[in-house]
Amino acid sequence: MITTRGLKKRFGSVLAVDGVDLDVRPGDIYGFLGANGSGKTTTVRLLLGLVLATSGEIEVFGQPMPKAGRRVLPRIGALVEGPAAYGHLSGKANLMLYDASAAGRSRQTRAARVDAVLDTVGLGDVGRRPVKAYSLGMRQRLGLAAALLAEAELLVLDEPTNGLDPQGIREIRELILRLSQDGATIFLSSHLLAEVEQMCTRVGVLDRGRLVLQDDLDALRRPTGRVVVRTPDAARAVAMLDGHVEVRDGDRLVVSGSDAASLNARLVAAGLRVTELAPERRTLEDVIVEVTSPEAAR
Amino acid sequence: MIAIELRKLFRRPRTWLTIALLDLLPTIVAILLAVTHVGPRPGEGPAFLSAVLANGSLFAVAALAIVLPLFLPVAVAVIAGDSVAGEAQQGTLRYLLIRPVGRTRLLVAKLVATFTFVAVAVVIVSGTGYIVGRLLLGHGSQASLSAAVTSVSGSALTPGQIVWRTIITIGYVAFSMLGVAAMALFLSTLTDSPLSASLGALAFLIGSSLLLTLGAARALVPYLPTRYWLSFVDLFRDPILWRNVERGVALQAVYVLVLLGAAWANFTTKDIKS
Repeated sequence: MITTRGLKKRFGSVLAVDGVDLDVRPGDIYGFLGANGSGKTTTVRLLLGLVLATSGEIEVFGQPMPKAGRRVLPRIGALVEGPAAYGHLSGKANLMLYDASAAGRSRQTRAARVDAVLDTVGLGDVGRRPVKAYSLGMRQRLGLAAALLAEAELLVLDEPTNGLDPQGIREIRELILRLSQDGATIFLSSHLLAEVEQMCTRVGVLDRGRLVLQDDLDALRRPTGRVVVRTPDAARAVAMLDGHVEVRDGDRLVVSGSDAASLNARLVAAGLRVTELAPERRTLEDVIVEVTSPEAAR
Repeated sequence: MIAIELRKLFRRPRTWLTIALLDLLPTIVAILLAVTHVGPRPGEGPAFLSAVLANGSLFAVAALAIVLPLFLPVAVAVIAGDSVAGEAQQGTLRYLLIRPVGRTRLLVAKLVATFTFVAVAVVIVSGTGYIVGRLLLGHGSQASLSAAVTSVSGSALTPGQIVWRTIITIGYVAFSMLGVAAMALFLSTLTDSPLSASLGALAFLIGSSLLLTLGAARALVPYLPTRYWLSFVDLFRDPILWRNVERGVALQAVYVLVLLGAAWANFTTKDIKS
């Protein structure tokens, strides 16, 4: 769906994107993570042909970008670095203009399609208010509506829940999941780990312009082979599991060398009280802390 | 895309406010002249103002002469400077380009919209000038539509001659503004700030006007963009003195082509970071 090879972008003396090899497959909800200033937005702009690469190749739908932009871009809906609209026009007037600016969109169905996407994002009843009177969350929803208007196979969403309240975030999350079920591929750029962890099937992590990790989320979070045990009898457990306790933190132990079920049986058979016992899974945060450089916050 | 750009431009209250303000200055001048009957002496003040007291229909041209040196170029620079940079500042430029609207196509649409604004503004200013002139000025016995007007050369011009010379003047003034429009459009592709683009284009004009008055810059004078702006006065000589008008058109054409070429070259290869 999206493939890049050795993608580089230099702005003056700064290498904003440094040899990125993205691989987004059809049907993915791809979480593109990175700290502020790590090059996420520049990468998104490169994919969309807004910024021209210094070197490297980009293919979207198997066609080279930005060369094939005329064929590729109509199949992409995008929200890039915040929504934008003409402040003196209403949301609907903005979307009508936006739809009309693309070639090959039916004029007859335009009003109906615009109304439909406004309903989808929850702006169906704002009426004729000009966009300059919209709240941040409403603007964000309008930006999403513009991205959906293309009825695209690929949605590129840069920080889609920015400025939304918790209820709004939940609605947008459900919307994205629904679009994914309907067959869209979603490229979601975000700095919110929780957002990505809840929605995405695949993750790419950018650190100072380099793609330091790209894998399926399930693979990243697969059990580590260790077991986490919580027990009030921690001292006895440590004595019993001599040498297998790798970490002890109060009543929390991380045990290696056996699976959860047999460890549980052994502890209980020895009369130890166990409050919690589960295979250890790494959180996305652990993974990211591991792969990104500590001074990445710039 | 052109239709959309025109719709955007002419649906915007600011566009009409600009045109209204452009009309205001000649109207004030007409009212003052009508009340006081103190016209500038021939050869002083804006062109034709001394003649309009005798014949109000000439105020169509006089109105253009009033706005031409500063007001009109300012209005054109503001609208043209806003065309691309305004979209960039609002963030709508990136969304247009990924819609996708081709960069060349967008630039052409902006260009056509800007040029249309120039034409509409010039026509409205001269139209208002004509109406105001007929209503307020020169409504004496010799001021009926059929009255002859004395040309700049001293001979009489028939009303028919006045009409078509006025039409050519409107065309010439509009064409003179295209150089400003092209400059502002070019700057508009360079910066994300509409204000910088407009002010840059104005600096270009003010610089040109200043050099025109400087004896030491004589060698440059024939190439300055504002050099032939007021040459439309020659259209009211008898016979018409075409030389400077022709040079003015040729000079503007060169500026327009070069600046638009630069705008195109820059915009089509630019990183859109707005």
